[in-house]
Amino acid sequence: MRFFKYIVIGFLFGMTLYKSEAVSWFRIFEMFHFQSFHMYGIIFSAVAFGIVGEQLIKRLHLHNIKGQELEVPPKAPQYKRYIFGGIIFGLGWAMAGVCPGPMFILLGAGYTVLVVFLASAMLGTFVYGLLRNKLPH
Amino acid sequence: MLNFLLQVKDFISQPWPWWLAGFMIAFIMFSLMFFGKELGISANLRTMCAAEGAGKFADFFDYDWTRDGWNLMVVLGAMFGGYMTSQYFAGAEGNIAHVSAATVDSLRALGMNYEVGKVPLVPEFYTWESLFTLKGFIIIVGGGFLIGFGARYAGGCTSGHAISGLASLQLPSLIAVIGFFTGGLIMTYLIFPYLFSL
Repeated sequence: MRFFKYIVIGFLFGMTLYKSEAVSWFRIFEMFHFQSFHMYGIIFSAVAFGIVGEQLIKRLHLHNIKGQELEVPPKAPQYKRYIFGGIIFGLGWAMAGVCPGPMFILLGAGYTVLVVFLASAMLGTFVYGLLRNKLPH
Repeated sequence: MLNFLLQVKDFISQPWPWWLAGFMIAFIMFSLMFFGKELGISANLRTMCAAEGAGKFADFFDYDWTRDGWNLMVVLGAMFGGYMTSQYFAGAEGNIAHVSAATVDSLRALGMNYEVGKVPLVPEFYTWESLFTLKGFIIIVGGGFLIGFGARYAGGCTSGHAISGLASLQLPSLIAVIGFFTGGLIMTYLIFPYLFSL
């Protein structure tokens, strides 16, 4: 049962991205054409609520259930990996119109061909793991 | 009581406004932080590789993947959420993407002839038949590979960088998000005209 809460959180995540149409290839297409505020609104408002929430947590010194201070672990202070990896990810995001969350959500919604997409994404992650020591970070 | 529940169902079944989605995503992020975890969907791809024995080939996958079992549960829940929403909360119009008229024009320019208000949520190239066409194969297999490779190279995807990274004001995440948009714009404006003429 300790996993049940994560299933509920995932369920809400799936429902949110589905009902806000963020799982739609056409919404991503629209976003990259700057033809609607919708997707930007989702990202900006999530970030805005996130910033306000994190500042509140810091000021109030809130703790998680393990008793530690609540925080997002800092990302590694590199830059090449974020530029190169980011661009490669962006190419895939625009082409496929789904990022990893929607990939799973649409698979659950019955678009079964996305298992091929998932297998290919795992292959991509696997190849990154193989090449990691040779890539600039 | 039943009537009330049906009203709730109808309420949820409307298209959600952007601010509600933004609020919910932030809520989900804080829920995970409260349990000592971090929002990041693409990390599951690494976990799934590790679980299938990829540790034999690269150290990157040689770790105790069971510690990330909670994140696989988030994904399982997301799949269930996708199933339930598409089955029971799709709304009266069905699975429609309410994109703008300008977007419908842009789609037509690439040979996708839809009418305003009738653009489906999921394009027709996400079918098994289309997997065996050149365009469908490139999008499904190529797109999957780019996302899997790029997300791990960049250390996160839309959820880990664009949402939780930016919300915690991290410069690496801002660089990654600028990268996401650079790649996305290259694909949209430079590659789509060729891809959709296939």
